[in-house]
Order: sequence, then C-alpha cells, then structure tokens
Amino acid sequence: MSGPAVALIANRVHKRFLVKETGKSTQAVADVSLEVQMGSLTALVGPDGAGKTTLLRMIAGLMTADEGRLDVLGIDVAADPQAVQDRISYMPQRFGLYEDLSVQENLDLYADLHGVPQAMRRNRYARLLKMTDLARFTARPAGKLSGGMKQKLGLACTLVRSPELLLLDEPTVGVDPLSRRELWEIVQQMIDDEQLTVLVTTAYLDEAEHCARVFVLQEGKLLAEGTPEEIRQHARNLCFIVTPPQGQPLRILQARLLDDADCIIDAVPYGGSVRFIRRAEVDPQRLDSLLGGIPATAVEARVEDGFMVLLRERHDVAPMDTAISKAAGGTKNGGNGEDNAKREPDEVVIEVRDLVRKFGDFIAVDHLSFSVRQGEIFGLLGPNGAGKTTTFRMLCGLLPATSGFLQVAGFNLLRARAVARRRIGYMSQKFALYGDLSVMENLEFFGSAYGLYGKRLRERIDTVMQQFDLEGREKSPSGQLPGGFKQRLAMAVGLLHEPEILFLDEPTSGTDPLKRREFWRRITALSEVGTTIIITTHFMEEAEYCDRIVIQDAGRLLALGTPQEVRMQAGGEGARLNMEEAFIRIIEQERRKNSESPAGEANP
Amino acid sequence: MLNFLRRIASLCRKELLAIFKDPANRVILVVPSLIESFLFGYAATYDLTNVPYALLDQSRGSASTELIAHLDGTGVFHRVAMLQTQGDIARVIDSGDALIVIQFGPRFEQQLNAGEFAPVQLILDARNSNTAGSAAIYVGAVIDSFNATLRGGTGPPLTVEPRAWYNPNLETRWNILPGLIASLSMIQTLMLSALSVARERENGTFDQLLVTPFSPTEVMIGKAVPIVMIGLTQSTIVLAVALFWFNIPMAGSLVTLYAGLGLFTIASVGMGLSISAVSANMQQAMLYTFMLIMPLVLLSGLATPVRNMPQFLQTATLINPLRFAIDLAQRVYLEGVGLLTVVHDLIPLLIISAITLPLAAWLFRNRLL
Repeated sequence: MSGPAVALIANRVHKRFLVKETGKSTQAVADVSLEVQMGSLTALVGPDGAGKTTLLRMIAGLMTADEGRLDVLGIDVAADPQAVQDRISYMPQRFGLYEDLSVQENLDLYADLHGVPQAMRRNRYARLLKMTDLARFTARPAGKLSGGMKQKLGLACTLVRSPELLLLDEPTVGVDPLSRRELWEIVQQMIDDEQLTVLVTTAYLDEAEHCARVFVLQEGKLLAEGTPEEIRQHARNLCFIVTPPQGQPLRILQARLLDDADCIIDAVPYGGSVRFIRRAEVDPQRLDSLLGGIPATAVEARVEDGFMVLLRERHDVAPMDTAISKAAGGTKNGGNGEDNAKREPDEVVIEVRDLVRKFGDFIAVDHLSFSVRQGEIFGLLGPNGAGKTTTFRMLCGLLPATSGFLQVAGFNLLRARAVARRRIGYMSQKFALYGDLSVMENLEFFGSAYGLYGKRLRERIDTVMQQFDLEGREKSPSGQLPGGFKQRLAMAVGLLHEPEILFLDEPTSGTDPLKRREFWRRITALSEVGTTIIITTHFMEEAEYCDRIVIQDAGRLLALGTPQEVRMQAGGEGARLNMEEAFIRIIEQERRKNSESPAGEANP
Repeated sequence: MLNFLRRIASLCRKELLAIFKDPANRVILVVPSLIESFLFGYAATYDLTNVPYALLDQSRGSASTELIAHLDGTGVFHRVAMLQTQGDIARVIDSGDALIVIQFGPRFEQQLNAGEFAPVQLILDARNSNTAGSAAIYVGAVIDSFNATLRGGTGPPLTVEPRAWYNPNLETRWNILPGLIASLSMIQTLMLSALSVARERENGTFDQLLVTPFSPTEVMIGKAVPIVMIGLTQSTIVLAVALFWFNIPMAGSLVTLYAGLGLFTIASVGMGLSISAVSANMQQAMLYTFMLIMPLVLLSGLATPVRNMPQFLQTATLINPLRFAIDLAQRVYLEGVGLLTVVHDLIPLLIISAITLPLAAWLFRNRLL
C-alpha cells in the first residue's frame, strides 16, 4: 500500500439539507476543512446534529458535498465514489447485519460482497473471530446476540477485507463499558498490525483520549482541532474535585454548581466526588461560598473537559437553571388527588423477590431481589444481555415473570388494573410516541389515556409544555423534532399524569454530554419533589447520580447499594475507583468465578 | 361508562390520525378500490363478445352459406379465415387465431336435402375451457334456430325458453361487482388491521400504549372501530361504482346490505388484528396476510361456485367470512332479500368475530413468543 501520506483531505466542504415539511434548509456541514494522516486514529466529536454522520457519509461517497472538495486516498470522491468505496470500509451507526443468518453466514456474506478470495478467508476469519471472541458463537443467529456482540460482529464484517481507510460511525452507542473496551481493543490492534487508518465519530469523549487527532464539530462547523493534549489545554487549571460531606447525595452539590452558570462551566459526579470546571475569570470568593467551604482539589483536565469549555465558550448553551427550576415547581407529587395517595418517605414502592424470567431454557433473570424506596433514584446497570431490559420490562408490566414476587406501587402491573398503571410513567429507549402525530396530539392522546380530560388536561399540558420547553412546537409532527426535543416530549408524556414512579430505559444512550447534563438535571429536580425514578444506563458516571444501583450480569445480581458501597465492593477501602472501573471489576470478578459458563447471552 | 366512551373515542381519534396523516395511506385507501372495481367490472367477464372463428366449408352449398350468415349476424362471431383443407385446422387453432373451426363436410348439402342427419363439425380450442364451452353453446343455439326455420312450422315438439332471474342478460359483471363490495374492502381492512399492531410494535409505541391504563379490550376496540369505518367506506366506493357507473340495479335495501357488511368487516378486522398480535414486525404481518388472502378469495365463491369444489374444500369455506359476505352481498343486491333470509350468512360471521376479536385482545398482552 504505497499511497499518499494523507488519507483524507477535506477542503471547505458544505452540505445542506432541505427539510420537506417546512421547506427550509438546514446547514448540516458548513465550511469544514480537515486532514487525516495515514495510519492514524482520528476522532470526530460533537453534540448531536453537529454533522458528524453527514461528513462521514460524504467521505464514503454516499452523498456528495454541495461545495468544496473531498480527496480520499488521493481520489476525488465526488468524481469517482466507486473507486473510493473499493478501498475503504464504512460501518454505519446501525450496521446491516442479517439477523436470521448465523455469525458465520454473515461473515461469508460480507466476504462475498467484497470479493474476498477464498484462500484469504480462513486466516482472516480465524483472526477476526479470535479478536471479537465470537468463535464460540459462529452458529448463532445474529439476531440472538447481545447488543455488544452484534456491534463486534458488525465490526468483524466491516473488516473481512483489509481496507486502507476505516470509517466508524458511533460504533459504541448502546454498548456496555466492557464491550466498548473490547471494541476499541480490536480497532487498536488493527491499527497496530495493519497500519489501518481509522476515522471514528463518537459521543463518548473518553474515547477521543486514545486518538492521535481530534476534530470538534458543532452545528456543522469545525470548532477546534488538535491532539487530545491540545483539546485538554482549553480546560487546563480549571478542573477540580470536591467531595461533599458524608451522607449527602452528590447530585445536590452537583446541581447547585451546575445551576450557577456564571461560575461553573460543568459539574458531574465522579467516583464519589463532584468534578467541576470553573470559569477562568471566576471570583474565588464567590466560588468558595458556592462550594459551601468544602475544599476543592485541582485535577488534570480530560478531553471531555476541554470539549465542554469549547462548547460553552463559543456557544451560549441555554442556562439550565431556569428551565429546571420550573421542572421542580411544576411536578408536585400527590397533586393528583385520589390516585396518588401520599406516601411516606422511605416507604418501599417497588419490591422484587426471587424474580425469574426464562426464555425457553435460557434464564434471562435469575432470582433477583431488591426493593426501591419512595423518592429514590434507582439505577439498573449491567453489560448488554445481562437481563436489565428484561427486568425493566417486567417491572413496567410489559413482560410476565416466570416466577417470583413483584410489586410496583403495591400492584403487579402485568395483572393490575388501570388504577395501578396510572401511578407509573414510562419512557423507552427509542422514541416511542406517534411520529406522525403532532406534539399536541400526542400529549392529548396520552393525557386522555391516563384519564385526564377537559380543563384538567389543558392545565397539565400547559404545565409540561412549559416545564420541558416545548412551547411553539405544538403543531410540529413529533417524529421530525430534533433529538433533544423528542426526548423532552417523551419525558413530558411520561410525566403528564404526575406518576409516582418514572421508568426510564437508557434515556441517555447516543446523546451528547450537553444533553446528558441537562437530562440529569431534570431527573434530579423530579426526585427532589418525591418522584421515584428507575433508570437503566450504559454511562457509568451516570450511576453516580443514583441513590442506589444494582449491577446485574447473566441475569444475576452482582452488587446492590449506594454508588459508594458498590465502589467499595469492587476495590476495597483504599482504591479510588471511578464507577466505570468498579463496574468492570465487579463483572470480571464474577465472570472469572463462573468461567465455565459462557458469558454471551441472547438478547430477548 | 362515559369515561369508557371517552377513552375509546380518544383511541379512535389517535388511530385515525395515525392512518390519515400518512399521505401514502390517504391515496392507498381510495384509489386502488376505485381502480379495481373498474378493472373487475370491465375485465373480469366470461361473457362472449368477440369469438374469432375459421370456416372449412367443403360442401359449398347454399345451406352452409345461410347458416354461416346467421352466425355472422349475431355480431359475436367473426370469421378470421377460410380454410381449404382439413390440414389447415390445426394451424389456426394452435396459433390462437381462431377459437373455433366450423367444418361442413362435402355431403352436407346433399344430406340435408335428403332429410338425413347432416352433421356440422365444431373444433374448439379448449385451452380456455370456459370460453370454448360458452362458444359451443352459442353455436348450438344458432344451429337450433336454423333448424327451426328449416323445418318451417313443424318445429320440434318441445322448446326450452330459459329465463335468467336476477341477471336477465347473464352478465358476469352483475355477479362479480356485488361480490367485490365485500372482497375488495376485505383485502384493505385485513391489511390495515394486520399492520396496525405490528407497526406499533416495530415503532415501540405499543409498549408505551400498554403501560397506560388502557385495557387490552379498550385497545382492541380502539383499533377495530376506525378500521371498520374505513372498510365500510371502501365498500361504499365499490357500491357506488356498481350502482352509478355500471348501472347494475340494486334490488335489496341499503340498510340490510350495510348491516351484513358491517358484521363481515368486524370479522375481517378480528382476523387482521389477531395476525397483527402474533406478528413480531410488519414484514411478518404482511406475509401472513398475503398467505391468507389468496385462499380466502379462492374459497369464497367469487370466481368459481363453492358447490363445484370437492367436499373437503366446501367444508373449509365454512370458516371463510368472505364466503358468507359474498353470498350475502349478492343476494341482498340482486335478489333483494331481507336480513332474515340471509341469517345463515350472519351467524357464521358473528361466530368468527366472537372468536377473533377476544383472541386479538388477549394476544396483545400474552403474545406467544
């Protein structure tokens, strides 16, 4: 492969899209110029809608730029997309696996499609299957693999031939930390062994740490570029850790910091403490009073910190405090009269004992027991296929349990009558409202589903519209709202009837750091007024927002307790682990113990 | 009760909005049934209007010429070839140029004059047995009337004077279009209902629906009512085409017809929703529906009478709602019978609805998978 030393040159690339419904066009990519060196790992990062995918698709020759020029491997893509496609591999966000074909058949199919000679296949397959650890599952239909394994198979299919440039579009969305680490190991190995050039888009900024070069996109424009070190520089000397006194939930302090946008750029819970970035020009005294006198320790900046500083500096992200305090004021628990009986704090609202769910002879949930108290934020964590979703669906009454005891708000929701279901709100991982219906029509429909009508319905709709900043969007078809709006609408629908318990299934999967902060700020506000929240997530840092978490693997409960207790269980007193490290440790310890039983599970 | 109705109304409204907000749906629900009713009205006919024939006249006498003149005079038959030898027959039949060949033997004239039997040979292309059969009967009738004139006043002692009731001119269209009122709307209602839950499952909205306080029965009614309304609208389109375009007079009352159609549409929605409830996605629902539509139509008596089928298939038609609906539609439309006369059609429809609708509601929550 003696090619040019530069794999990709983008020169002032533009792309607009026409939005059919409104007749307006949006600028997806605006005046982007960048270069990718051969044999390097490069990341494109940015919030949702920054134009990352569009740019990648143009590089792959699947779209043509309106203006500007893209040279890939020395070829003008617009002029000869096929010549480029013959030499690159592209893995889209939702890779096209054939779910009814086995792992091996999928590999064969992609090898055939790419014309990989038979002679080469044997070695290549052996190597890919070894790297992805899928050798044991070659006969299993792809549809029966867990999310993480599907993603690894997708990557293996993309790599059946040796491309000169590999394009990966958010390869780790919806993938648990373990599988995420494995995916990156595969990519890294390919770079080391075959001098592969990789361009990856990602919303996980810790992934950008390993890259040789990072490009930060926002609203179609290139906001910054450089090595991870150069990105980190933007937040240098601005990052601190502060530990609240024992017994106080992190999110209280974190919320207080985040709400003071004049002082603080960003604050997140981190390993039992709150990690924050202060503004460079902040008055030390004001900061001190904000922290309530707790001493803060300076820490090294990460790429994510640099990214947050860049975004907040250049772009005035709407201050969150106003919107969120509305959230707190708007939803008062127990306002619903007879349906929402007042509950004492610490009262158990969810009780699970010896819960079992089998699919055929596969045990998805294996004798699970826990309870959740009123007003808690309770996190369900676990790798893909661990049985989280199955547990979650049983709790909501969407799936019958095989055996065991299950009570939510005093009822088994599967068999419960309408009254019990009125007490819960549900927000699924995927946008699950009627896309063709307008925002207002969706709210009206779900409102009436919960027995709201007339004046009361109007009032509630007005409240949530305001609470979730949906005003002015009443008539927009819900399916065409931007991602953040969709999520807010889904939450508004879930909270329309002021439920006692809110179920959230991977609400932050695939969303950028900005939106995740905003989302959690709302959740914190809800919990302050007494709503119980059950949440699943793949972002381990988010587990820190929870009062208590449960970690599941292979259907069994591995850990249960406050984030602090779970970290202790993983590493003992001395080790200062962050949640992700603790999580990986707990899973790996358990898997080593049971190494005779295979770790991969079917995803029902 | 008021609350129940309010909830059903809001489900129906949601369902109708979801169907009609899709511009493709709006077209699909009207245009195909219009086009198909015209298509069937014109194209699906066994009526003879144009029969090409070839003549091999070896007698070359006045009698054969006169007979042929009678045949040509019907306007249905037209001559495409005059054959010279027996060997030419195969050629015109094989090529499909002629549907029948009429052969007069060399002694035809003599036999006729001598008062003997004078056979006329008819060779039919029976690759299309229906048309060939009708053509043969038609030629037979022409020859009969020729016989009658030939013998003058002393005709045969017995004559048959057929009267076709309810369809005096025996037009296929009269038979087909009332049948279409039921079958076209069934195809669409089956499709719509089969896709409705499957679509919601695929989009994830069904979970969101199931966590609300709606009961499965309410969800089922909320889905069934709008689709029944759409199905009846479709029937109305076909009915309007039959009445006002093809001018097929309707003997029965609209109320009777709609009462029967309403029950039938409910039964097909029940089948569709059951399909939908077992399907994991829209593709499966689509496949199941297509698998079902073909036998439903074939075993309905729309194209071929149920009584012509072997006994076990006749038994199988008893679970086919379309069989009863077509019978009902034809009898009410053409015969003008009242509800009491078609009660044997209504009861099976009632039974089918009573099984499929609760089954669908149960399957919503307890899908076997």
